[in-house]
Amino acid sequence: MEQSSSRRSHFLRFSLRSLRNQVGGLRSAGVRFALGYAILFWVSAGLFLSVIWWGTASLLQRQVEASVAADARSLSERWADGGLSALAITIEDRLEDNVDDDALYLLVDQHAERIAGNLPSWPEAVAMSNVWYQLTIRRAGVRGIAEVQAFDLPKGYRLLVGRDVRGRSTLRHLLTDTLFWAWGVITVLTLIGAFLVRSMFRRMISSIARTTSAIAHGDMDRRMPVSGRGDELDEVAEAINEMLERITRLMDGVKQVSNAIAHDLRTPITRARAQLEYAALHAKDENTLRSAIEEGVADLDNITAVFEALLRIAQIEAGSRRSAFATFDLIPVLQDIAELYEPLADDQGIRLVLRAPDHVEFHGDRSMIQQAVSNLIDNAIKFSPPNGTITLSIATGFDFGSDDRSSGRVVTVDVSDQGIGMSPADMERASERFFRANAARNTPGSGLGLSLVQAIVQLHGGSLRFVLQDPGLSVQMRLPLPEENGKKQVPDMTEDSQTSHPPDRRPLLEIQS
Amino acid sequence: MRILLVEDDPTVRGFVVKGLMETGHLVEQADNGKDGLFLAVSEKFDVIILDRMLPGGIDGLRILETLRAQTNATPVIILSALADVDDRVAGLKAGGDDYLTKPFAFSELLARVEALGRRGRNEAAPQTKLEVKDLEMDLLSRTVKREGQKIDLQPREFRLLEFLMRHAGQVVTRTMLLEGVWDYHFDPQTNVIDVHVSRLRQKVDKPFEQPLIHTVRNAGYMLRAD
Repeated sequence: MEQSSSRRSHFLRFSLRSLRNQVGGLRSAGVRFALGYAILFWVSAGLFLSVIWWGTASLLQRQVEASVAADARSLSERWADGGLSALAITIEDRLEDNVDDDALYLLVDQHAERIAGNLPSWPEAVAMSNVWYQLTIRRAGVRGIAEVQAFDLPKGYRLLVGRDVRGRSTLRHLLTDTLFWAWGVITVLTLIGAFLVRSMFRRMISSIARTTSAIAHGDMDRRMPVSGRGDELDEVAEAINEMLERITRLMDGVKQVSNAIAHDLRTPITRARAQLEYAALHAKDENTLRSAIEEGVADLDNITAVFEALLRIAQIEAGSRRSAFATFDLIPVLQDIAELYEPLADDQGIRLVLRAPDHVEFHGDRSMIQQAVSNLIDNAIKFSPPNGTITLSIATGFDFGSDDRSSGRVVTVDVSDQGIGMSPADMERASERFFRANAARNTPGSGLGLSLVQAIVQLHGGSLRFVLQDPGLSVQMRLPLPEENGKKQVPDMTEDSQTSHPPDRRPLLEIQS
Repeated sequence: MRILLVEDDPTVRGFVVKGLMETGHLVEQADNGKDGLFLAVSEKFDVIILDRMLPGGIDGLRILETLRAQTNATPVIILSALADVDDRVAGLKAGGDDYLTKPFAFSELLARVEALGRRGRNEAAPQTKLEVKDLEMDLLSRTVKREGQKIDLQPREFRLLEFLMRHAGQVVTRTMLLEGVWDYHFDPQTNVIDVHVSRLRQKVDKPFEQPLIHTVRNAGYMLRAD
């Protein structure tokens, strides 16, 4: 006894554990999804079958009631027409005509004596008129269930009309059984469906999970499989692939920068180091030492400047610097820059001319635009011959770009000089980091100015073009303007306005010659 | 001036302390956030130089925020290796008066420290007139006179001279001028500022016997009477 109870409790514990394992599966989204599907389907099928059952059952009931009511009405009409005898004859006729043998009639007089009908005596249960009774009757030795109603006739006569519903209840049983079986089959189908849904779900997710984990482990060349059906899964896959493309691009950028740093910062560092080392070993007097150290410091400052420019470019290219975007008038900003550089140009005999409309509403980072234009003017001054003219012109217009960018209003900020220009091959590489055209080797500069301009223009969703002139070079920043009526659409300056400048708008380097 | 320096790197700290003492300032130092905060709240300083990233759980911005929460208005200059514009804005928002990115030239730090210390003393009374020896500037009518003679200046030249006069007797670096007069927060590659100063000199110094605007080697400019 003791033993068997312990075995039972062991079994109970075991089944509890397996149940808990099952429930633990609820943490899986696939199981939850499938279970939800199954329960929904099962319950709705149950509801559907119940409605069918109720509908059919009540239809049968109504049919009985309607036919009894019609019978009673026509019988009472017979009574009114022909009196008691006519009624009795009609009842006997009806019974004879009744093929199904389910009609029940009984006509009795005031002493409850049977006058006509197929029931032997008035059932005791039926006391009130016009009320439905369900009785068990015995007719010709067979038990049956009847639905009957009593009607009062004049002079104390009473009429009982009813139907033997044995056949109907058989039908109802049959219907109930069928529906239960159907529900059972549905339950099995539901479980199979749930299992299929779960495995489908798992397959979908696991393909994404496998690829992303492969990528997370460093296999950056992997991409999500796209079925080409254009469904939601493809959308997810495409979004992930796009993200990967961008990450790869950024990583390439970083790699490129670190290569450039390794290559181009080593030179000035080596120079500074050599200078200081030489001074430490060989300087004969304090002045030599001092000047060597000063040159070393200048070299270090230069390295810092290059470093800062590189970081800034990388930061801008990563698109993380849109926090300072605001709407402002471009013209005073450019006037200020022209005014800042005017004396410097003037000193070198260069004329700096500003051609601009009165107002240009612009959305962007003021400080970056200042820096970009400063860099361009700086370059122009460096490469301008004496008595040359530098033109800073601003024009607005529409950009009917040949690429896929939608055309919209743009402002073109053009810095033209009359200097040595650039060869087409150099123009293509002009905005690369550390690139310096051969002709520019001897001018001061880090080779990062145009890279920075390019990065800033890109951040603003614009494009940078180099146009050869005779003589000289025109560098054009073409920047999109906010919509004319869309002042309200312009994102708030504190907002990271990803939407107004999609990151994949990489302007092409356009060259005209 | 009495200056508090909170900086964890011993080399930089030693170098700054030495430089400041040589220029006649009294310097207290702390090498971590906790000591720095303690000194900053318990003693009175003219300027606090605060490194942004400090060991010991309390960083520069926390010290600054604590000070400002106690309505301590001591001018604070933040030293930081974070050059990002956003970091700069965060530093100034926390209540910093100036922000200097590492690596920096000592002359730049010194000029900024002295400018801040001076500002702390001068802020009480708004001025309408600036005077350095025989050079007078009327801030209301926006006129400049030297030896009683009117000097015509362009608006930007006026602002440049005003900045120099407000910092008379102090070194003003090119970056300070670019920030204070032009509101530019980047370094142009060429020395645009030098040209502007030399133009100003043409008008303010050249016609007169004694120059007022002096170039300080490896640092910047100074407007002074002697």
